[in-house]
This record gives sequence, C-alpha cells and structure tokens, in this order.
Amino acid sequence: MSKSSPRKRAETHLKGALRRMQTDKGALAGTGIIVILIFLAALGRFITPYDPNEQNYDEMLLPPSLSHPLGTDQYGRDIATRIIYGCRYALLIGVAVVGIHFVVGVSLGLLAGYYGGYVETIIMRLVDVMLAIPSVVLAVAIAGFLGGGIQNVIIAVGAIGWRAYTRLVRAEVLSAKEQVFVEAARAIGCGDLRIILRHIMPYTMAPVIAYTSLGIATAILWSAALSFLGMGAQPPTPEWGAMLADGREYMQDGWWIATFPGVAIMVTVLGFNFFGDALRNALDPKTEKRI
Amino acid sequence: MPPVLEIADLKVFFYTDYGVVKAVDGVRFHLNAGETLGLVGESGCGKSVTAMAVLGLVRYPGRIVAGEIIYHQNAKKVRLSGLDPKGREIRSIRGNDIAMIFQEPMTSLNPVFTVGYQIMEAIILHQRLNRRQAREAAISMLAKVGIPLPEQRVDEYPHQLSGGMRQRAMIAMALSCRPSILIADEPTTALDVTIQAQVLELMMNLKAEFQTSIIMITHDLGVIAGIADRVVVMYLGKVVEEAGVREIFYNTKHPYTQGLMNSVPSVRGKIRDLKPIPGVVPDAFALPTGCSFQPRCSQVSKMCRTEAPPLTEVGPNHWVACWLHS
Repeated sequence: MSKSSPRKRAETHLKGALRRMQTDKGALAGTGIIVILIFLAALGRFITPYDPNEQNYDEMLLPPSLSHPLGTDQYGRDIATRIIYGCRYALLIGVAVVGIHFVVGVSLGLLAGYYGGYVETIIMRLVDVMLAIPSVVLAVAIAGFLGGGIQNVIIAVGAIGWRAYTRLVRAEVLSAKEQVFVEAARAIGCGDLRIILRHIMPYTMAPVIAYTSLGIATAILWSAALSFLGMGAQPPTPEWGAMLADGREYMQDGWWIATFPGVAIMVTVLGFNFFGDALRNALDPKTEKRI
Repeated sequence: MPPVLEIADLKVFFYTDYGVVKAVDGVRFHLNAGETLGLVGESGCGKSVTAMAVLGLVRYPGRIVAGEIIYHQNAKKVRLSGLDPKGREIRSIRGNDIAMIFQEPMTSLNPVFTVGYQIMEAIILHQRLNRRQAREAAISMLAKVGIPLPEQRVDEYPHQLSGGMRQRAMIAMALSCRPSILIADEPTTALDVTIQAQVLELMMNLKAEFQTSIIMITHDLGVIAGIADRVVVMYLGKVVEEAGVREIFYNTKHPYTQGLMNSVPSVRGKIRDLKPIPGVVPDAFALPTGCSFQPRCSQVSKMCRTEAPPLTEVGPNHWVACWLHS
C-alpha cells in the first residue's frame, strides 16, 4: 500500500494472493476442475440413475451412447457412474494422504530445524535413509504388507511423501530462526513451543501450502498406481486406478472402459497441478510478472 | 537512588571449535532506578552479549561462566544469572520486568503478523487481559509512541510501516507491560538522523511517564551526550571507564575513551582533523597480555604489557581501569 493513502484498510497477504490468482488462467482452470470434482463427489449420486456396482448382464460392453454416455464395462456397469463415484475416493485419498504428509513432515521439519544438534541429526538421517529406498518399492512393500483397501493405500502413500515436507520446512526454519523477530519473541517471554508454532511455522508456510496442492495430485496418481497393481482399492470399488486395471484386458473390445478412468485421473491431476502452480506464484509476490 | 540491576564480575565465554572467545570478561556495573545508563564501545566489545546475558538469552555456544546478575524486583532480589534460561521464572521477567529493543526495526517484527497482534502477544503473555482489552491497550500504546491513526495502524503489517514507525511500534511493544528496565540495543542506528532524534526524545518522555530505567547500548557518543546520565565504556569484554556523563566528556581519563572522543567530529569546536584510534580490535582468539588496549595505546608503559589494570576510583563515582591513573 502506498504511503499516500494510509487510511485505506490494508490488503492482507492472503487477499493479495487471491487477487493475483484471479488473473491467472491456469488458476481458473485448476479451480474449475477442483470445484467440479468436489461437486461430483458430494452430489454425484443424485445426477446418475445407475448404481456403480450393480452388474447388468444385458448391457455388457456397450459403447458410449445417450443412455450410457461413457459406455458400460464387462459387467454392464455404467462407466460414467463409476467415475463419478470414484471422485470421492480420489479426493478422500488425496486429502488424507497429504494430511499425513503435512502433519508428519512439517512437525519433524520444525523440530529438526529449531532444535538442531542430535534431534536434527536423527530426523534428517532418517529422511536420508527413507530417500535412499525407492518410493515405488517402499509403497508397494507397505501396501503389500498391509493388504488391499482404501485405508491401507492411504497409509502406504502417506508413508512415502512426508520426507520432502521435512526438508522443505527444515530449510525454512533454519532461515527463520535466525531472524531478529524470533529473538524479540524470546525477549518478551515466549516459550519454545509458542515460538515454533506462532512465530516460525507461519513464516515457513508459503512454500508448503503450494506444495500441498501439488502433493494431492501426486497422491492421487500414486494411489491409482497401487490400485492398478492390485494392491489398492479392491473390486468392485469404483476407484479409478482399479477401473483402469479392469479395463486393460478389454482394450480390443471396449476401448472406453480403460480410457475414461485414465482421462479422469489425468484431468484431476492436471487440475491440482495448475492450482498448485498458480498458488505458488501467487503466494510469492517476487515471482509476479503479470499485471 | 537504589540500584535496580547489579552486574558483578560477569563472564560470558563462547566455546567455539577454534577456541574460547571471552566476549564478556569480568564486567561489573549497576543501573540505578530511573537512570539512563549509556553502554559504549566498538563493535564486538561485548555490549550486546552483556545485554543478552541479563535476559538469559545468550545462545549456544555462549555460556555465562561466572558472575552475578541481580535484579531488584520491588523489594525482592532475583539472581538472574542463576535462573534456568528456558524456565518459567526468567520468561515471566522477560518482557514484563525487563524489556528489550533491537537495532533492526526492519527485522525485529515478524512479517506475517500485524503490528497490533505482536503488541497484544506481549500483553497477553504477562497480564490478565482478554483479547479485546489487550487490543485496546495495544492501540493506546501505539498512540503513546506517536503513531498517527493507531486504530488503523494496529491492523497493519510491519512492511506497511516506515523504519521510524516500526521502531516506535517496537518501543510500544517493549513498554506495553511497563517494565522497570528497558534495554535498548542501538535502537537508532538504522534510522535517519532526524528520525533518530524523534525516537530518542520519545524514549526519554516515555521513560519519565513509565518510570523505567534504561540501558542504552550504542557506539554513538552523540546519543550518549544527549540522553545518558551515566556512562560505562567497554573494550574487549571489559569495563575500562565508568563515570557520570559530564565527567566522562569533560574529564576523560582512559586513553581508549579519549580515542573515542577524538574520532568524533565536533560541530561547535575548532575545525580539526579526526584522529582515529590506531590499529584494529585484536583477534578475539589471541588477546594481548596485560591491558587489552595496550597494543593500540599511545601512552603504553612496561606495566601495561604484563599486568591488566584493575578498575579503580579516581574521582567521585569515576572509575578507570588504567595504570596511568592508579
């Protein structure tokens, strides 16, 4: 805000970020996709007349038509209906996984960065060890060990992605804790916990928030991959990865069975990536180039 | 005037990989109630470390290895140097009894919170007020430090304030709990000269209103001449001279203090060349033997090279650590 109008109530950081996002086409596309996803996940069952899991042997392998806009699969289930019901799983998995990443990764990063010394060594070496194990192997091993099901997919994917958050947050804390305002907070009598949560954490959040949105996309991709490999959602759950795996055998007779769940995954991931990129640009005013 | 703070033989050493740095090595001085004490010295002489030691904020690898810091809380004596630096007791004193203002107003406010929030935080930590009352208190403090439109400024972020405004906000925060001691670590160094004068005047007015004693850490002798009652001059972690402000300017005893005076231009006096103190501050890992100022001193004698001079009283309340005067 310019000095010439001190009376005007200041634009907050968040409002500024929102204003910048409104002018970003990628952000609009991403937001649109995410809104549609949420809408379908919440109200999808009122839109479609079919049941996602009811098998109908009179309507097997029908190509896209007016009554079945995306066709039916080998058991006569409406693909569009199953994709709509699948939105729920995608969103649930994405949000839950990122929730795990955020809580575990951010708290470990805060502890490592703030306390340093042995705490930091132990946490960061743990991260290094985790990073040395290929993510695919780790996720497959955990999912295989726990068995199938949505809940176990969330745990398996949740166990692999938090490492990046820990590194990101630790680096931010290292620069934040040397700031004079942290010293000043100590000088007014704040304790460690208060300094970490109130003064350091918000300061480190801008890159983490942007990363979170990108993380949802990655989580959805990962869970689809696990389900595709048969270690995630079990039939007849209408999870996109599992649907993709189901349709794989029928590529010759019904290309639509595998194609549309694949498109759903792609559009969703694209939407969260657009949104995340735009959010990152908007939260960091230094990257602002548009007018 | 009774003392509010007494520091005796304070030693703060930093144990680094390269050796021990004796940042504060046997400092003693006291602060009387209602007094402004100037703490003067070059960069790295231990002024700030002394201040941090008072609040128990000396950071690793630094440690208070000896000495006493006594704070007179009403009639009670609190031994600050013996308190757990993370404990409840010292935290209830920080900000409440002893507050601090830092040199950099640009970085000593957290950029992600409003100014009002940060003042309220100090108030809520130490006083039994709810958020509304704390907000009212914050607004009235902003008004007291001369920030126009405090009702609006309270909701603004630090980047929306100018440097002088931010330092005023810091002062508001520091004084919000009516501390009995205010430690100001070069509060005007980062400000324009005109703003410096305003901020200093503000501090003096508020000092009278809040009955606060001030320790003013600075290397600016002009600031000292303007506001201090008494002056402590430090060199390499030791007190070299201590006297009333008139005494130290008109009857300078220690060669180091004389050197400081000669390196400041005078507006009224004769136009003369500035005389810098020859040499540089010695390496902190290899301090000279005897008097620590001896390698740079123009009046050095044999004695100075072998033995450190004790702090001796050469006049009423005028103490000097120099062999020339003992």
